[in-house]
Amino acid sequence: MLRVEDLTVSYGSNMIFKDLAVDFRPGKITGIIGPNGAGKSTLIKSILGMIKKNAGSATLDGQELSKNLTKVAYVEQRKDIDLAFPINVFEVVLSGSYSRLGLFKDAGKKEKAEALEALAQVNLSEFKNRQIGNLSGGQLQRVFVARAIVQQAEVVILDEPFVGIDMKSEKQIMDILKSWRDSGKIIIVVHHDLNKVNDYFDDLLIMNHGVVAMGPVAETYNQTNIQKAFSADLSAVLFA
Amino acid sequence: MFLNSIQEFFSALGHYGFLQSALVTAVMVGIMSGIIGSFIILRGMSLMGDAISHSVLPGVAVAYILGINIVFGASLFGILAAGLIGVVATKSKLKSDTAIGVVFSAFYALGFILISMAESSTNLHHILFGNILAVSDSDLITTAIVLAIVIAFVVFFYKELLITSFDNNYAKSYGLNTNLIHYGLMLVLTLVTVSALQTVGIILVVAMLVTPAATAFLWTNRLHKMLVLAAIFGVISSIVGLYFSYTFNWASGPAIVITAAAMFLVSFIFSPKQGFVFKEKY
Repeated sequence: MLRVEDLTVSYGSNMIFKDLAVDFRPGKITGIIGPNGAGKSTLIKSILGMIKKNAGSATLDGQELSKNLTKVAYVEQRKDIDLAFPINVFEVVLSGSYSRLGLFKDAGKKEKAEALEALAQVNLSEFKNRQIGNLSGGQLQRVFVARAIVQQAEVVILDEPFVGIDMKSEKQIMDILKSWRDSGKIIIVVHHDLNKVNDYFDDLLIMNHGVVAMGPVAETYNQTNIQKAFSADLSAVLFA
Repeated sequence: MFLNSIQEFFSALGHYGFLQSALVTAVMVGIMSGIIGSFIILRGMSLMGDAISHSVLPGVAVAYILGINIVFGASLFGILAAGLIGVVATKSKLKSDTAIGVVFSAFYALGFILISMAESSTNLHHILFGNILAVSDSDLITTAIVLAIVIAFVVFFYKELLITSFDNNYAKSYGLNTNLIHYGLMLVLTLVTVSALQTVGIILVVAMLVTPAATAFLWTNRLHKMLVLAAIFGVISSIVGLYFSYTFNWASGPAIVITAAAMFLVSFIFSPKQGFVFKEKY
């Protein structure tokens, strides 16, 4: 169980959310939805300790998460990546082993074999020597999922993984998320496309500067909650 | 006539110890600045490189006044500047290029004042523009030590340098101390600056960091190859620049930098990555 308690984050005087508390369950895919600026990315970045929190904690099975970050794999938004960097697909995937290796130890045969295996899982074996700028959006996203595979983490957090990618890649990634879920991992997906909520997620966190609703999709994904987080118009269209 | 002067350069190399020291120093500086410069440009820190190289000036002055090795004075002020830039950028809403501008110009100005107090105006000219033909034995040894440190740093921290340069957010997400890598790189950068100061002078150190690395970037898609190529381009510019400096009595800094820039120009036109003349295949 990934438990977030009393989490408060602000940028300067701008409060993003206050005393936020949610539990992410193992063996479930949890979607996080909410309007732009609702604090979705801020929530996961503060869970990971990448931005400073004013108060609160994130614990994994009772242990402080920021001290157990090797148990978490993070797939960030693709727009944050330097596509011109001199690195190829294989090296990116191999970097998934860095957290385990620690300082002064290079990736060896075992890690390289794992990277190749992960590339095969996302059907990108033939692209392993390609510079990452020469891939489609969907292929690049699969590269980062392959890196997360190599990380062998208990918790996988993905920020907007399906933005601007093809259907085939989206389905492949979703299949991998489901297999992770079935092996008992905690999967968290920041998401924007409200149409697929029912198909993709087991649990749903609806945010708007705090928790609007959290729980199984069947109980949370309804007109009232969407209206609270987004707008009456949107909820009327979705639940017409 | 060119052949003659090249012959003359090489025969002078055989005769004069000062020219040999100059060549060896220039080659070492070419290697280290190419390697560290590659990380600087990939991290989008060219301006930071320029700032650090200027910020060591007060350290150089203090070292002269106290009669200690300039490496110590320069490192202290280089790291101090990097730290202050970090503080101003994170503790205010100013953009980091503004923080860099404020801090490094202040350090540079302080350096001028301290140097004038030290009353060594001839040295000032050498510090600003480089005077590779006056490299002493102890300078040579210092440069060799710095080169060893640079290579050790990059070998031991290669994967951390790679991942923080490529994807700093990801490195943070698995708990890597990215600040430590940043300030480690800044420390090594100040050491490189002190060495490069002898060959090209403070004003043009940034060119040695940026230009060979940028040239290398145009020819490869792999980081380790880029590091090797940048070092090679750095060495070639150093040797050719030294030849021009000796033969035509140009200041060594501008001679080396112009050579590096000429290689960049050729690469810019002909590299497959640019695709003006040859297209990249994959």
